[in-house]
Amino acid sequence: MASPGEADVNASHVEGKGKKKQPPARYWQELPDKEKGENKDEGQVEQQQEEKKKKEQQQTQKAKKRKRDERPRDGKRVISGKSDPFPGPVPVPQDRMQKFKRNDNIRKTHRKHYKLKEIITRSADASDMAQKQAARFDILLPEDAGFLEGDEDEDTCTISQEDIADAVDITSGAKYFNLKLCQFGPYRLDYSRTGRHLLLGGRRGHVACLDWQSKQLMCEINVMESVNDVKWLHTEHMYAVAQKKWLYIYDSNGIELHCIRKFNDVLRMQFLPYHFLLATASATGFLQYLDVSVGKEVAAICTKTGRLDVMCQNPHNAVVHLGHTNGTVTLWSPNQKDALVKMLCHQGGVRSVAVDKTGTYMITSGMDKKMKVFDVRAFKPLRSYFLPAGASCLSLSQRGLLSAATGDVVQVYRDVWSTPVTKPYMAHRVRGSVWGLHFCPFEDVLGVGHGEGFTSMLVPGAGEPNFDGLDANPYRSAKQRQEWEVKALLEKIQPELITLDPTELGQIDQTTFEQKHQVRVDALGFDPLAKEKFVPKFKKKGRSSAGGVERRKKQVAHEDQRDVIRKTVEDRRKMEEERKKMEEKKGALSSKKSALERFRK
Amino acid sequence: MLKIPRNYDPSLHPFELSREYTRALNATKLERVFAKPFLSSLDGHRDGVNCLAKHTRSLSTLLSGSCDGVVKVWNLTKRECVRTLQAHEGFVRGMVVRYCGSSFFTIGDDKTIKQWNMEAPGYGEEEEPLNTILGKTVFTGLDHHQKKGVFATCGQQVDIWDEQRSTPIRSFSWGVDSFSSVRFNPVETELLGSCASDRSIVLYDMRESTPLKKVIMTMRTNTLCWNPMEAYFFTCANEDYNLYTYDMRYLEKPCKVHMDHVSAVLDVDYSPTGLEFVSASFDKTVRIFPKDAGHSREVYHTKRMQHVICIKWSADNKYILSGSDEMNIRLWKANAAEKLGVLAPREREAVNYSQKLKEKFQHYPQIKRIARHRHLPKNIYHQRNELRVMKEARRRKETNVRKHSKPGSVPVVSEKEKHVVSVVD
Repeated sequence: MASPGEADVNASHVEGKGKKKQPPARYWQELPDKEKGENKDEGQVEQQQEEKKKKEQQQTQKAKKRKRDERPRDGKRVISGKSDPFPGPVPVPQDRMQKFKRNDNIRKTHRKHYKLKEIITRSADASDMAQKQAARFDILLPEDAGFLEGDEDEDTCTISQEDIADAVDITSGAKYFNLKLCQFGPYRLDYSRTGRHLLLGGRRGHVACLDWQSKQLMCEINVMESVNDVKWLHTEHMYAVAQKKWLYIYDSNGIELHCIRKFNDVLRMQFLPYHFLLATASATGFLQYLDVSVGKEVAAICTKTGRLDVMCQNPHNAVVHLGHTNGTVTLWSPNQKDALVKMLCHQGGVRSVAVDKTGTYMITSGMDKKMKVFDVRAFKPLRSYFLPAGASCLSLSQRGLLSAATGDVVQVYRDVWSTPVTKPYMAHRVRGSVWGLHFCPFEDVLGVGHGEGFTSMLVPGAGEPNFDGLDANPYRSAKQRQEWEVKALLEKIQPELITLDPTELGQIDQTTFEQKHQVRVDALGFDPLAKEKFVPKFKKKGRSSAGGVERRKKQVAHEDQRDVIRKTVEDRRKMEEERKKMEEKKGALSSKKSALERFRK
Repeated sequence: MLKIPRNYDPSLHPFELSREYTRALNATKLERVFAKPFLSSLDGHRDGVNCLAKHTRSLSTLLSGSCDGVVKVWNLTKRECVRTLQAHEGFVRGMVVRYCGSSFFTIGDDKTIKQWNMEAPGYGEEEEPLNTILGKTVFTGLDHHQKKGVFATCGQQVDIWDEQRSTPIRSFSWGVDSFSSVRFNPVETELLGSCASDRSIVLYDMRESTPLKKVIMTMRTNTLCWNPMEAYFFTCANEDYNLYTYDMRYLEKPCKVHMDHVSAVLDVDYSPTGLEFVSASFDKTVRIFPKDAGHSREVYHTKRMQHVICIKWSADNKYILSGSDEMNIRLWKANAAEKLGVLAPREREAVNYSQKLKEKFQHYPQIKRIARHRHLPKNIYHQRNELRVMKEARRRKETNVRKHSKPGSVPVVSEKEKHVVSVVD
């Protein structure tokens, strides 16, 4: 048996003498003569085969040698002649590649556009490389995601928040806390996009914003009016509060910046961060969009569906979803006066709607105590769950955990769309009935606003563990934030670009039939497909009976032609007679035999 | 600097396409904002600038000759004149720097060819040409061989001169009485092209005794310039407002007709990359054309610039120099929005990124409209519209004639074929 070392020694200099050369054995290769002692016959056969192989090798030695030289010289080449056992770059797992796949299948041109073909192949290569590099980089991400795992026969939903807080490190444990605010509740809440700041709005006028991780209060005011909803704007320096009558914007010191009288009776708000749009739904049935970068109302749409109390946004395409009391969910963009889509989701009113961050799934809960999962790309129901108490609030985390509030119990579900769920992943009872739910971005924390204040609970596996420093960076400095703000404002997407399919901008705009038709009309000077103009019939009294009309038509139809027909018939008859006469004459003439007839053969 | 962790997960970066589009739109707008191509004007000549010459070795040196026979040498970094010499009586018709950069040749209306030292004479010494050749007729064009001590002049015939001799080593003529310019091919160094006053472009091989080929066009060609990268191609500036790029092998029709000027094109020069060329016109504008585009990508004009007579593209591909009637030489950027000076790596990265974005979204109507927009002087704008109307009318008439005549008797002649009368071998 040749060890790898021996093989190398043999291979070193004897090639020239015509000795048989074996490739160096490898430890991962199965050694052919391992079982030689056990069954000799087979061994012999193997030997013969080996000899044959060797002969073949000898023949192809030259070719192989050439081949070896051509091998790419990546990795370190050892002096002894060994080559890298793992040549080439490390393969990237397929699922990671899939994650970074873009849906840009460029159609190949059938015609001979050589330049275009080259451009297409080059850009396809570039995107392939980008995909591969991104997937490779993904392996190196510092943090991993994980979920709470119970012991055998232990439900994770029975584990209490105190137990989790005790088990984890102090910093994480400190993220479980209660704020007892029983005076002005119940509370609505909102986390800023980086997840560092929390905004609380009590129904009875209490508005507070705080850096919740360090528990530092930034400002606390009482607006002396009922508060319907609160929302952070693009930074943690401004927030919008929907009050009893108007919409107000405050800064983080609690100073009122704007009172927007165009937006009245606002009940719910959503902020579209990349468009700098604040979408508001009001009690009067209006959906309004405010561009917060320039302070202009972009669109005001009368939905004609009554009080709008259920609202959420699709983070994938910035379409606003509204839930209505008749059980429908409607999808809206600021560019269209009526709904993009209307879906009947529930029997009875819709209580809450949530859309996941990839824009694939929509979760709704209704008065019929059902919670349903829809595919919002195909508008199809996927799953339906029955919750005995019915969910009043829904919220989806970055990694797809669903929290549903039923009365004063907050339940968190895992994988609601992929597998049928029977038990919640976690559950927690708060002091009062739940009024607002929100997962904190980039943290395993769920904020619950309720009648007795605010509870921050730990939900392992909720937040995205790896943030992107250039997009929403929880640890950004003031300088970085300023820079980000300028860049974000420069990259503000125009509201006209909000569509159901966000990649629609990249698709080829083919000329429609109307456009082609318009071009044709312009060229011809008239519309060839136009309907004939309606010309009313001129009717006379008493002359419009069907029979009379028919008779009149007959008369008229042939009256003017009769003379002509008669004449032509006469003419034709005369002509025929003349022709006959002529023929008779001819016949008479031809019947007389000429003198020369007799010579005929 | 703080470390910035990245996560390229597409779901963390929604609206990829719309954001890229917005970035591209901004980049296009910024490009137009920063498009300030005019750098400086070099004044000092007492008469119109008639010819320019690039130094073959030094980027910062420029030579210019004016209509009163004065030649000036300029330092472009300091933007000042370093030397002035009265080279000729009457016009300086042509000027060329020897390939080694040690001396230069000038020709003038006084029928002389003079060779000058590139070094200025010492203090108190007089400007003296190294060599003077007295010719029989007036010379109108001059060019030097790339590697040998041989140069070519044109006038009543095309002459090839050896630097050491006072008579031409070879003379070419093909039944024409005058030539306006002659150019050596920079790649196939033995080839020459010249423009004659009988509307023809004649090609020569220096090693042969007779001219190679000639193509006769409908209007006279003023100058031609060879592509420095592709030996077969040359572009010629024509009196009929157009430029034509020819493949030397197939002169039957030009490869491309470049239209946009509204008056006769007087001079043309290729960029050292061979991808673009710049043209100077009687309509007081300078235009830059990609070599395979029918229309210009850029137009330069100022209120004060008069008929542009000569143009040069600098050897570092960054600047354009134009000499015009009103005694000024102007220095332009070749890329109007380019930032001059050293770029920091991040700056360079940002520029490259925005360039790529502009390229990706160039066909989007909004972006295309902004990128294409150029302000034109009123008269040029109106003239352009007028030309468009005339062309349309001509086309309409032709179609009408075709419609009312026997099928096939009025053939369709493409724009490329229209301007070539015949090719003579």
